[in-house]
Amino acid sequence: MSIPRIPLGVWIETAIDFMVEHFAFATKAFSAVTESVLELLEKAMLAAPAWLLIAVFTLLAWKLSRKRGIGLFTLLGLCLIWNMGLWPATVSTIALVCIATLVAIALGVPLGIASALSQGVYRVVMPVLDVMQTMPAFVYLIPAIPFFGLGKVAAIFSTVVFAMPPAIRLTCLGIRQTPRELVECADAFGSTRWQKLVKLQLPMATPTIMAGVNQTVMLALSMVVIAAMIGAKGLGGEVWKAIQRLQMGHGFEAGIGIVIVAIILDRVLQRVGARQG
Amino acid sequence: MKKIEVKNLSKIFGPHPERAIELLEKGKGKDEIFAETRLSVGVDRAGFDVDEGEIVVVMGLSGSGKSTLVRCINRLIEPTAGQVFVDGVEVTALDAKGLRELRLAKMGMVFQNFALFPHRTVLANAEYGLEIKGMDPAERRDRAMRSLDQVGLAGWEDSLPSQLSGGMQQRVGLARALALDPDILLMDEAFSALDPLIRRDMQDELISLQGKVKKTILFISHDLDEALKLGDRIVLMKDGAIVQVGSPEDILTSPANDYVERFVAEVDITKVLTAESVMKKSETVGFLGHDGPRAALRKMKQHGISTLFVLDAQHRLAGLVASEDCAELIGRGERDLAPIVRTDIPCVAPDTPATDLFLTMSGNSCPLAVVDEGGRLKGVVVKGSLLGAIAERGRTQE
Repeated sequence: MSIPRIPLGVWIETAIDFMVEHFAFATKAFSAVTESVLELLEKAMLAAPAWLLIAVFTLLAWKLSRKRGIGLFTLLGLCLIWNMGLWPATVSTIALVCIATLVAIALGVPLGIASALSQGVYRVVMPVLDVMQTMPAFVYLIPAIPFFGLGKVAAIFSTVVFAMPPAIRLTCLGIRQTPRELVECADAFGSTRWQKLVKLQLPMATPTIMAGVNQTVMLALSMVVIAAMIGAKGLGGEVWKAIQRLQMGHGFEAGIGIVIVAIILDRVLQRVGARQG
Repeated sequence: MKKIEVKNLSKIFGPHPERAIELLEKGKGKDEIFAETRLSVGVDRAGFDVDEGEIVVVMGLSGSGKSTLVRCINRLIEPTAGQVFVDGVEVTALDAKGLRELRLAKMGMVFQNFALFPHRTVLANAEYGLEIKGMDPAERRDRAMRSLDQVGLAGWEDSLPSQLSGGMQQRVGLARALALDPDILLMDEAFSALDPLIRRDMQDELISLQGKVKKTILFISHDLDEALKLGDRIVLMKDGAIVQVGSPEDILTSPANDYVERFVAEVDITKVLTAESVMKKSETVGFLGHDGPRAALRKMKQHGISTLFVLDAQHRLAGLVASEDCAELIGRGERDLAPIVRTDIPCVAPDTPATDLFLTMSGNSCPLAVVDEGGRLKGVVVKGSLLGAIAERGRTQE
């Protein structure tokens, strides 16, 4: 006697098919809107001459980090990218990462707060996060296509799924780590839950939340190559092209571009986070 | 008037705490209950009350449940059984909103490790309660500044807590509590994290502040010296239960059991004993205008003493006569004691500490008169009785 194979894959497929059938019109519409916003953002950035945008990014990096070194690195790094002819791809990647990160934070931070304050939410959210983080990122790409179609929005969707967990986890951790005595004190002075959150827990958790945001940005960047497989273009698209054509040099150039963008974002965000603390 | 009343209050930590309450009623101890049910008894049927304007110190070793008891009073910890009343209102029956309002209106709390909000300035910390209350910024700034001034921190309002020393941080904690002008101050080991010199200063300041603000203060401490110094009354706890409630004198001179006795064993007794507690009630005195030298001499002989205190017609202490002077007077055939009364004798108030008595008595052979504000003679301290009282306390400690 043999145990029949459990058709887990079939079930999941049926469920997704069902959802595609009934909800895809909505997600497709959302996709169309997002795509046009993204393209607008990209076009606007590309309309400006590259040197101007590089100057703006340099100034921004310098002012936000308050470090000349980081400003200088931004200037040289972006000039190198421009020089390698990767500027349009880089702009596309930055736009994608920015939007994915914003969505991930907009969803992740409130979810993190909710799971810090409610044990029930915590118990539901944490296992979901475990799944999100351990499931190979490629797997998200498959259902992303029927819902959002090939292209950038599907890429953003899978990037958000992949990059959101640290934002949730670290927000939750930051709030839960507020020293017990301080929470007790806020209670002893008659604070409501909301007052406690806004006046004590969020300010105390800000450095930790910023660390989560930083992680989210990094993960989003690391997802751009994978997302290129479903048409995200950008620097990841260049890498993906180079893989298919075995162009070692071009692959590394695009890879270095990603590294430069990653280092700039990481350093700037770290400095901003440290200042909050 | 009773400001705080605690009735039969218990706190059990762990699931299904009712089981432990039953066992407590059956007279089982904390350890037995833990062995049987894995439940931990925090507070064991505690009952006491605090009068308006009084400082009551809850004292016990760590783990004796004193912090838990005090947190049950403002329900930072939810009591398992029993009742707490503040101004006759049952705190234990309030809903969340009522409780918040009560905390804001009546109870300020000061914490062991200060619990200052590190991201707020000193002023913003002092303002916290007022901010929660919804007071407008100008007014709360004003009140917070006044309360910072009260604790001697004027000029520091824009600093961050991390820039202040421990003693100053706790002043901020105190200012934060005082800014709300609460009737009750709950002070949880408020000075325990400070080093000894600063701690003594803060104690002195609290006492002088209390003279001005007249709060009802419930102070938690594990330090007996602190309890004796601050407390109008002391509540002594062990294993979650109250062992003794009484004035510092009561605790020292008539400890309720071995535990209290061991607790008080380390106290420097001479700091705590006062003239009143070591004096003898003087049964024999002479009366000016009534007793002559012969009568005085007879009284001295009867009691085996060589000097006699004499009182005037209003029963106030007039001075002291010595036996040799009486004999001389008899020899001269005079009858009035007045010329031989020595008026330059040492007198002390009833609350003078025993250490000071030693100083006053050294270099003086005659007994010390203990006199109240009205000039009435309350008792007499002789060297023997002072040493005796101290020796007796020393013996019971061993």
